[in-house]
Amino acid sequence: MLQDRTTARIRPAIALEGISKSFPGVRALSDVSLSLYPGSVTALVGENGAGKSTLVKILTGIYQPDEGTINVDGTTVHFATATAAARAGVTAIHQETVLFDELSVGENIFLGHAPRTRVGLIDWTKLNTDARALLQRVGADIDPTIRLRDLGIANKHLVAIARALSIDARVVIMDEPTAALSYKEIHELYELIDRLKADGKAILFISHKFDEIFRIADRYTVFRDGCMVGEGMVAETNQDDLVRMMVGRDVGQVFPKQPVEIGRPVLTVSGYRHPTEFEDINFQLRRGEILGFYGLVGAGRSEFMQALIGVTRPSAGAIRLDDRVLVIRSPAEAIDAGIVYVPEERGRQGAIIGLPIFQNVTLPSLSRTSRSGFLRLAEEFKLAREYTSRLDLRAASLDQDVGTLSGGNQQKVVIAKWLATQPKVIILDEPTKGIDIGSKAAVHAFMSELAAQGLSVIMVSSEIPEIMGMSDRVIVMREGRMVAEFERADLDAEKLVRAAAGIQEAV
Amino acid sequence: MVRTLLKNREVLLVVAILVLLALITVRFPGFVAPASLARVYNDTSILIILALGQMAVILTRCIDLSMAANLALCGMVAAMINATMPGIPIPLVILTVMALGAALGSINGLLVWKLDIPPIVVTLGTLTIYRGLIFLLSGGAWINAHQMSDSFKALPRFEIAGAPVLSWLSVIMIAIMFLIMSRTPLGRAFFAVGGNPHAAVYTGIDVGRTRFLAYCLSGTLAGLSGYLWVSRYAVAYVDIALGFELDIIAACVIGGISIAGGIGSVPGAVLGALFLGVIKNALPVIDISPFAQMAISGTVIIIAVAVNARAEKRKGRVILKKAEAV
Amino acid sequence: MVETQHSPRIIPDRLEGRGARALKSWESLLLVVALAIFITNSLASPYFLDPWNLSDATFNFTEKAMIAFAMALVIIAGEIDLSVAAIVALASTAMGYAATLGFDTPALVVVGLAVGLACGAINGLLVTGMGLPSIVVTIGTMSLFRGLSFIILGDKAFTGYPDSFAWFGQGYVWWVFSFEFVFFAALAVVYGILLHKTNFGRSVYAIGNNATAALFSGVRVARVKFILFLLTGLMAGVASICLTSRLGSTRPSIALGWELEIVTMVVLGGVSILGGSGTIPGVVLAALIMGMVTFGFGLLNVPGIVMSIFIGLLLILVIALPIVYRRVRRRLKEGAR
Repeated sequence: MLQDRTTARIRPAIALEGISKSFPGVRALSDVSLSLYPGSVTALVGENGAGKSTLVKILTGIYQPDEGTINVDGTTVHFATATAAARAGVTAIHQETVLFDELSVGENIFLGHAPRTRVGLIDWTKLNTDARALLQRVGADIDPTIRLRDLGIANKHLVAIARALSIDARVVIMDEPTAALSYKEIHELYELIDRLKADGKAILFISHKFDEIFRIADRYTVFRDGCMVGEGMVAETNQDDLVRMMVGRDVGQVFPKQPVEIGRPVLTVSGYRHPTEFEDINFQLRRGEILGFYGLVGAGRSEFMQALIGVTRPSAGAIRLDDRVLVIRSPAEAIDAGIVYVPEERGRQGAIIGLPIFQNVTLPSLSRTSRSGFLRLAEEFKLAREYTSRLDLRAASLDQDVGTLSGGNQQKVVIAKWLATQPKVIILDEPTKGIDIGSKAAVHAFMSELAAQGLSVIMVSSEIPEIMGMSDRVIVMREGRMVAEFERADLDAEKLVRAAAGIQEAV
Repeated sequence: MVRTLLKNREVLLVVAILVLLALITVRFPGFVAPASLARVYNDTSILIILALGQMAVILTRCIDLSMAANLALCGMVAAMINATMPGIPIPLVILTVMALGAALGSINGLLVWKLDIPPIVVTLGTLTIYRGLIFLLSGGAWINAHQMSDSFKALPRFEIAGAPVLSWLSVIMIAIMFLIMSRTPLGRAFFAVGGNPHAAVYTGIDVGRTRFLAYCLSGTLAGLSGYLWVSRYAVAYVDIALGFELDIIAACVIGGISIAGGIGSVPGAVLGALFLGVIKNALPVIDISPFAQMAISGTVIIIAVAVNARAEKRKGRVILKKAEAV
Repeated sequence: MVETQHSPRIIPDRLEGRGARALKSWESLLLVVALAIFITNSLASPYFLDPWNLSDATFNFTEKAMIAFAMALVIIAGEIDLSVAAIVALASTAMGYAATLGFDTPALVVVGLAVGLACGAINGLLVTGMGLPSIVVTIGTMSLFRGLSFIILGDKAFTGYPDSFAWFGQGYVWWVFSFEFVFFAALAVVYGILLHKTNFGRSVYAIGNNATAALFSGVRVARVKFILFLLTGLMAGVASICLTSRLGSTRPSIALGWELEIVTMVVLGGVSILGGSGTIPGVVLAALIMGMVTFGFGLLNVPGIVMSIFIGLLLILVIALPIVYRRVRRRLKEGAR
C-alpha cells in the first residue's frame, strides 16, 4: 500500500485538468491541474487571492469551471450543484464552520441526505443512531439531539468532520481547519486526519501555517495568481522553497523596525475587566513604543481592545491618558480623546464599502473638515489626499468606491482614516491579516515610521514573525488574562507560543 | 427545571394563554365552557392556517405581506365561480382557488428568487396589485349570501364528530404542516435556508428555490383560507380581511418565529394564533370595545418581538474559564 | 521633515466631472420620465395645463412627499418606518379631540406635532434602545397607533375644526401656489441640504452602508437613527395637520395605506431599499411623477383602487428593471467576448 503510493501509479481519487474560471474583470484560475490521491494529504498553499477558494468552490460544485475537466476514478464528471459533488464523494470543511446553529447536531451531519422511512419521511431514530456512530468514529462524545449552538468551536469542527464521513466522502477538503482551534484541539485534529488517511480518504489541506503543512501533508501544490506554480512531495521540499514559489521571488521576511527612543508613559490601563471576556488587564504604553499583544485566536485580545475604545462596556477598570483620567463610553469619545482602533475585520468593521475613498478617510474627522456641521468637500479631498499618499495608496481616483480596491489598498484606506484623526495612541488589530506581501511590507514600514514620529502603537497579532519583528515589548494573553510579558531583547518564539498555549516550560 | 421549561417558547405561550383564560373567567366564567372554547378555536381556525403558511415564509428569512390580499382575491374568485356556476362541486372550487393562491404566491416567490428583490417590497407591491385585481374582477360589487349556493356556505359549518369542518380542516392542516416541517427535506430546508443561507448552499440546498416553494405554500394556504373566509361570513367584496396580514404576522411573532429566519415551530405558530384568537373573542365578552383589538394586536406584536430578541440574543463568546463555569 | 525619496503618484479627486456623472444618474432618467408624462398629459387632456388644475393636482402628493423626505433618510440608514400613516391618523385624531375641547388653531398645530414626535420617539426607542428590527416594530406600532385612533373614534368622526385651521390645507400663499406646495418645496430644500451638505447626512449614508464600521468610526449610530425616527414622526405630524385641515374631518381610516405609497415614492426616487444610497432630488422627482400620473388617471376617471394597482406595479418594476437591465447587459458583454 505504502509502496503503491510512492511508486505513483496509483489512480487519483479526483483529478482536475486544465481548469479555468473567470469572473467579471478577474481571471481567478487559469489552466490549473490538481490530483488528490487516496490515503494521502495534499497541502494547497498560496497567498490570499491565489485562487484557492475558487478551486474549493469548483471542487464542491458551488462554481462551475469555464474550461477543463474533473475526473473521479477515471470518469469525467460535471458538478452542476453542491449535491452532485457530494454525491461523487467530495466534501469540504470550512475555516468558519458552515453549519446550522439552530439545528440539532444529528441534523447538521445529515442535512441534505437524511435517512428516510419507506414512505419517504425523514427517519429521526435512524438519523440519530447513525449520527452517534459517526461522532464516535471521530472521537467525539456528543449527544446528536442537542442544538449545535451549544457546542464549542472545536466540537463544531468534529461535527463538520462527522458530516464529511456521513456522505462517505472519498475526498475531504479542509480549508484552514485549525484557524480557530486551540493548541490541544489542533493536535486532536492531526490525529483525526491520520485516521482519515488510514481510511483511504484523499485529503486536500489548505493552510497558511508551514509547521502544519510539514507535520500533516504528504504532497504539496502551490498556487500563485490563479496558476499552479509547483507541486511535489513535502518530504522533498522546505519552507524557503515553498515561500519562494508562493510569492515568486526570494523574501527574507524583513521587518523595517527602526530603533526609536521610547519616551514617557502615554496610556495607563489598570484593572480592566469584563464579566465574561477578560480580567485583570494592567499595562502602560509609552511614547514611540510598539506594544505587541500576542495570543491564540480567541484569547480575548480584540474583546479587550474593543472595550478600551468603548464599543463594549467593561465591568471595571480605569484609563489614564497623558495624566488625565478618561471615561470612554463610545468610539466617538475614544477618537476625541486620541485613541483609535483599526479593527481586525476590515470588511465588516473597517471599510465602509459603498462610500468613496475620501469619505471613508474623513468620516471620523468630519468635525475638522466641516464648518458648523456643514460639509466642505475641498477640505475633505485635501485631508484624504494627504493621508492616502503617505500610505502610497493605489487608486484611480479618491471618488472611487472603496469596495473596488484590493484588500491591501482597502487596508491602507482604513489606516489612513484613523491616522487622519491625529491620534496619540493607535491600536492595530491584525493589521496585515489577509493582505498581499507587498502591502504587508508597506504597512509594517509605516507602523515603524509612526512610532518614530512619537505615536504610541498597540499591535494585536497572531503571527509570530510579525510580533517578533515589530514589537518593542510583547504582552501575551490567554483565556482573557495577561499571562506573560517580554521585552524585545528577551523575545523568543518558543516562549511566546508556550505562554499563549499554556504549556509548562520543559525542564 | 421550571426555568428551562419557561425558556421554551411553546410552554411559555401555553402558560400565557391559560393565564389569559383565567383572567377572563374572573369576569365571565362561561368563557371557559368547552363549547365556548371550541367556538374560539373554530373562530381562530383561518388565522391558524394562514399563520402556518406565513411561518414557512418567515423561516426562510422572507415575509409575505400579500397573504390577506391573496385570500381576498381567491375568496372573491370562489364566490364568483359559485354565483355564476352553482353546479360546480365545492371541492373542485376549493382546489381551484388553492391553485390560484399557489399561483399568486409563486409570483412573489419568482420575484424574490429570480430577481432578488427584497421580499418586503415584492409583497407590499403584490398586496396592492391583488387587491386592485379584486376590484377589476368584481367591478367593486359585493357577492352576498343569497347569490351563493347553500352547499357553498354549509361546508365549513357542517359538523363531524361534534366539531365543524372548519375546525377539522385547520387540525388537518396543522398535522400536514407538522409532517412537512419535521419529516420532509423541504421542511428542513426552510430552517436551513433561514438559519444560514450561505451554509445551505454547501449542503446542496437551492436557497432561492426553497424560498419560492415557501411562497407557493403560503399562497396555497391563503387560497384555501379565501374560500373558508367567504363561505363562513357568506359575503365577498374588495376589502375582506383588510389588514389581516398584520394579524398573521403577529401570530407568528408571538409564536416565537424569528423574523430573522431559521427559528420557529408549528406548535409555536398555532399557539401564537390561538393567543390572538382568545383575545379577540374575549374582548366583547368582558365588555371592551372591539375597536380596541387593533391596538392590542399592535402592543402584543411589540412585546413579542422584544421577548424574541431577548431570547435570541447570542451569548457573547465566553473567554474566561471562570465565567463559563458559572 | 525628510524629503520623501519617491514621488507618490497623485490620485485625482474625481475621474469625471459632476456634470458627466449627473447625466448618467437615476435622477436624470426620472427627469426625462417626468417631462414625458407632463407632455403626454398635456396632449391627452386640454384641462391638464390649466394652472389652477395643476395647482389642485399638487395636493395628491405634497403631504405624502413631506413624509417621504424623512422616510428616505430612514431607508438610506438601513431602517424602515411602516407606521407613518398610522401616525398621521393618530395625530389627526388627537387634533380632532383637542378641537372638540375648544383648542384654537395654534394649539391644534402643537398637538399634531407633539403626537407625531411622541410616536417617532416610541419607534426610535424600540429600534435603537432595544435593538429590535424596525420592520416588525413599525408593523406593531402601525397597528397600535391606528388602533388607538379606532378606540377613540370608533365609527364616528371629528369635524369641529376652527375655521382658521383650514388654511394649512386649503390656503394659498400667492396666486396658484398653495401653502402645502410652498411648504413641500421648502422642505425639499431643507432635507436636500440636511442629507447632502451636512455631517449628519454623511453619517446617514455611512450607517446605511455599514453600521458596524460607522460605529467604529465614531458615528453615534443609535443617536442618528433615533433622530431619524423622530424626524419621520414629526413629518407625519406635519402631514397630518395639512391633510386634516384639507379634509376638515378625521376618521380613524384617514391616510390608510399611505405607508405603501410613501415607500414606493422613496424607492422610485432611487433610494435603495437595502440602504446606503439615494438622493432627495430623486424623491422630489418621484413625487412629481406619481402626482402627475394620479392626476392624469383622475382626468381619465380611473378609480382609485386601479391607481393602486399601478403603484404596486410601479414599485416592483422600478426595482426589477435595473436588475434585469444589468443582467442583460452582462450577458451581452459575455456574449461579445
